[in-house]
Amino acid sequence: MRKPLLCLEGLTKAYPGVLANDDVSFEIGEGQVHALLGENGAGKSTLVKMIYGLVKPDKGQMTLRGQSYAPGQPSEARLKGVAMVFQHFSLFDALDVAENVALGMENPPAMRDLARRIREVSEEYGLPLDPSRLVGDLSAGERQRVEIVRCLLQDPKLLIMDEPTSVLTPQEVEVLFKTLRQLSAEGTAILYISHKLDEIRALCDEATILRGGRKVATCDPREKTARELAELMVGQVLTPPEREERPMGDVVLQVENLSLASNNPFGTSLKDISFSLRAGEVLGIAGVAGNGQDELLLMLSGELLAPSAQVQLKGQSIGHLGPNARRTLGLVAAPEERLGHAAAPDMSLTENALLSGAERKGLTRFGFIDWRATGEFARDIIARFDVRTPGPHVLARALSGGNLQKFVIGREIELNPDVIIVNQPTWGVDAAAAAFIRQALLDLANKGAAVLVISQDLDELLEVADSFAALNEGRLTPVRSAKGLSVDEIGLMMGGAHDMHPAHEGAA
Amino acid sequence: MIRLEKRKEPSKFWRIANPFLAVALTMLAGGIMFAMLGKDPLVAIRLIFFDPIFSETFGSYSRPQLLIKSAPLILIAVGLAIGFKANIWNIGAEGQYIIGALFGAGVALAFFPQPGWYIFPLMVLAGAFGGFLWAMIPAILKTRFNTNEILVSLLLVYVAEKILAAMALGLMRNPDIPGFPGSRDLRRYEAAHNAELFAGTGIHWGVVAALIAVIFAYAMMKRHMLGYHVQLAGQAPRAARFGGISPTRLVVICLGISGALAGLAGMFEVSGPGGQVRIEFASGYGFTAIIVAFLGRLNPVGIVLAGLLLGLTYIGGELSQMMLQLPSSAIQVFQGMLLFFLLALDFQTHYRLRLTRGVRT
Repeated sequence: MRKPLLCLEGLTKAYPGVLANDDVSFEIGEGQVHALLGENGAGKSTLVKMIYGLVKPDKGQMTLRGQSYAPGQPSEARLKGVAMVFQHFSLFDALDVAENVALGMENPPAMRDLARRIREVSEEYGLPLDPSRLVGDLSAGERQRVEIVRCLLQDPKLLIMDEPTSVLTPQEVEVLFKTLRQLSAEGTAILYISHKLDEIRALCDEATILRGGRKVATCDPREKTARELAELMVGQVLTPPEREERPMGDVVLQVENLSLASNNPFGTSLKDISFSLRAGEVLGIAGVAGNGQDELLLMLSGELLAPSAQVQLKGQSIGHLGPNARRTLGLVAAPEERLGHAAAPDMSLTENALLSGAERKGLTRFGFIDWRATGEFARDIIARFDVRTPGPHVLARALSGGNLQKFVIGREIELNPDVIIVNQPTWGVDAAAAAFIRQALLDLANKGAAVLVISQDLDELLEVADSFAALNEGRLTPVRSAKGLSVDEIGLMMGGAHDMHPAHEGAA
Repeated sequence: MIRLEKRKEPSKFWRIANPFLAVALTMLAGGIMFAMLGKDPLVAIRLIFFDPIFSETFGSYSRPQLLIKSAPLILIAVGLAIGFKANIWNIGAEGQYIIGALFGAGVALAFFPQPGWYIFPLMVLAGAFGGFLWAMIPAILKTRFNTNEILVSLLLVYVAEKILAAMALGLMRNPDIPGFPGSRDLRRYEAAHNAELFAGTGIHWGVVAALIAVIFAYAMMKRHMLGYHVQLAGQAPRAARFGGISPTRLVVICLGISGALAGLAGMFEVSGPGGQVRIEFASGYGFTAIIVAFLGRLNPVGIVLAGLLLGLTYIGGELSQMMLQLPSSAIQVFQGMLLFFLLALDFQTHYRLRLTRGVRT
């Protein structure tokens, strides 16, 4: 048994209307890699915020190396050896690596010394990083290294990492894990927050599982199957989606040699994209965020127009057509961002049902809205897709992520499309809702629709896709069958080439 | 220590209550201002808000004035509110009002002195077209070159004022009275006169147009896809694109509608209560209508009430100028205060103030 580093006893934190943490107690040993596992809303963030001094617990106490520990703010936590890498980076694009690191330190040393220290630490832990590069030019993986190196410079006893792999390719994950194992061997404890079960089983010595704000178990994740962990996390038995063997139909959607500039100055342009999609086929497109997924969806949904003949739906050139014309022809889409893109946050579900339903459901006459029919349509979606809400009058933003996603995907499926494009269909959605959504997409494919799923979740793609391709810097790999595809192969397809290997890269 | 907390949902209560509270606060602060000017605040407030309607001495003159002053405000504000809902900010209604008046008057003067039933309808079309055209300048610049419509539309007001002066002194000047600026009096040209429809009520065609505009705007915002698109674009621009709404089209429509309505208001004014193209024809309706739109919560029905209230302050302002020798700018300060208090109060629709004890939590 390791010596305990941090003990949590009975931590409780309530927000108006919700008990975020209820009497949570566990221990983290010195040098231990401890997983904190739970669905969205299980209370993981609140818990680590308390440890990092961002939130004060209502009840309970913490002891760090036997001494009472109650940080009033993050600087106090850092002083006592607790550091944290956030899921969303807090870096300035226009500053270089060393300047960014200095901004996060209490007493930064002189710039030249700092640059030297950054180089030393990054080499020591296999995280190559050039202190003089602008952060704006770095890949997501490299940005994360900046955050990690910033923490390591403070020589932490406990490193908290919030969903660190969500922006990384499989190869980058391997590099990260090597670093974390090395840290652990040197005696630094790591609190690793994630809902990716395989990662946790590969990396962690112990796991604490939260559900609905309570601790439900502490266990050794290597002794459990991923399935068992998931069921502990969700609190119910999960059934994997069913796939029927189904014949593929004719090609319904075809994109040929399409290059398209992004409408966003920080976006990724599409470069020479070609693929085709058959009726009944589920095509999965993988890739790390920011490699052109948004642009691909916009180009297919009609929000970004393309040269007419390069996008063909059932043999008809549609590149020049806007979203409503494409909907009329049978192509619908569900973008990644639920609030603000797929749905208007301050509008009711009825009004949001109208957003994409007006054409195919015939909800207007001479431009006048049939609110009664629209309300019926919203109620249909709610009933058929098990959206938990008091009724269609509720504002979209009042729904939880999973429920709103069920509504949005349900709305598009209810339109009875020939082709459906979805981006990150289960992002930030609880496991039960995610399984439901995947099943709904498969059911639609079984009925003969073509489905294109863009996702960063490889497990999800392997679960639903018949064929597979990856986006990397706006380019799409050739499509290949998903059968027998290994995670390594996928990683290579994703182009994992963002200087993966722990070697020096142009650093002087 | 005072802390601000964002509300989870905007407060419905304050949304409705704030306009009333703003009026009360304006009366209070205005009263203080009048007292500092050495006038009896109670008398001044009474003159502005009550006497125009209830006084036996002035009522018979000023009651019809109420509709005359309110109609252009309402007509312009209804159009502006549609744009404001879509986050398209036409601040230059005053300019569109002037150009609409010039187009309307131009048609009339071109036909003078011919009779003909068709002249007035032609003027109506010309007035709306003039305002529309003037609003298309910021619209096209915005959609083509991504300029800011607030700046462009506002600056075009001053261009319109110069054109107005040039017209009053040059092209449209009354040739029968040499040496005086200003056009012929359209009230004396029957075919072009926007006359009172019912004696002693102040109701002219502009009032009718305002009423129609309110009804149409209400139906459009509640029941028509265009109103839905306007709200969608204002609340969630990305969702609007997903819904197939072209931002370019929406900018043109919103600026076009508000410009055309402002142009109409100008045309009804110049052919009726205003009477002629004069240098000092523009009286700030286009700017006051911005206050009307916000005070009416961008809602057509609210705008009717707000328009009547602001119309009242115009008449009351004249009255207090006459009776108390208040400076004419005092009433503009008064209107400005109203908007100021409303915007300040609206803060609490979205936030709540929390008093906290102790240093930090």
